Amino acid sequence: MDFRQDTDKRNQAAYAAMVKQASPNSPILLNCLKAFLVGGIICCIGQFIGQLARGPLEMDAKLAGSFTSVVMVFIGATLTGVGIYDRIGTWAGAGSAVPITGFANSMVSPAIEFNREGLILGTGAKIFTIAGPVITCGVTASLVAGIIELIRMRLGG
Amino acid sequence: MLMDYLITFGVGGLICVVGQILIDKTSMTPARILVVFVTAGVVLSTLGLYEPLVEFAGAGATIPLTGFGHTLAQGAIEGAREHGLLGALFGGLNAAAAGISAAVIFGYLNAVIFSARTKP
Repeated sequence: MDFRQDTDKRNQAAYAAMVKQASPNSPILLNCLKAFLVGGIICCIGQFIGQLARGPLEMDAKLAGSFTSVVMVFIGATLTGVGIYDRIGTWAGAGSAVPITGFANSMVSPAIEFNREGLILGTGAKIFTIAGPVITCGVTASLVAGIIELIRMRLGG
Repeated sequence: MLMDYLITFGVGGLICVVGQILIDKTSMTPARILVVFVTAGVVLSTLGLYEPLVEFAGAGATIPLTGFGHTLAQGAIEGAREHGLLGALFGGLNAAAAGISAAVIFGYLNAVIFSARTKP
């Protein structure tokens, strides 16, 4: 998936119009099939890594989950670095954007374009263009989840 | 064993199809989709609806970003049980620490190593 449109707000409307013109009758069914295939395959790779962690590597369920995330993120980030993941993304759409490998892609993809602005304020900042909002919303929502649990406990649930 | 993979494939694929429909039918950018998926994962997990899906589909439910939200929510809930309000505050990030650390570190390294290239 191409995340560049999010880095330049002014061009967003123009970009959307251009996309609309370039793909007049977006074949939604075909797009969904592609997303289903690629998303399913990525999840199966995750399943395989998880089984590897719980089996031969003898990790408990929690550690195996962390291990799987780390490996999947590594795969996503590296494939983005070498330029393969964005190519998958143009074909697969949400199929490669929604899995956690897509989260890694969303960090590398904008950051890689801003190397010339410096490694700290260029790359270091742009890495959070999309991951920033995701982590902010996720963590804030998780606090709400925790508070709801506290209330539930207080009520003797 | 094969059945496990079929279920993982089907559920994981369907979650991605939901994202694809949102992209095609609304003007939501992929970035917004990611935010919505993580938040939806937290909400579903808090309501107790996501854990059964994880038990049923394994990585098919944990690998999509909704699973990331599930990890955050369960971490905060566990933190709340063990340490009260303080635990509710840090439990989420605590549980998701491995994934986020890996994403920051591997993401940064990759972005630094590979210079800007012309995208397809």
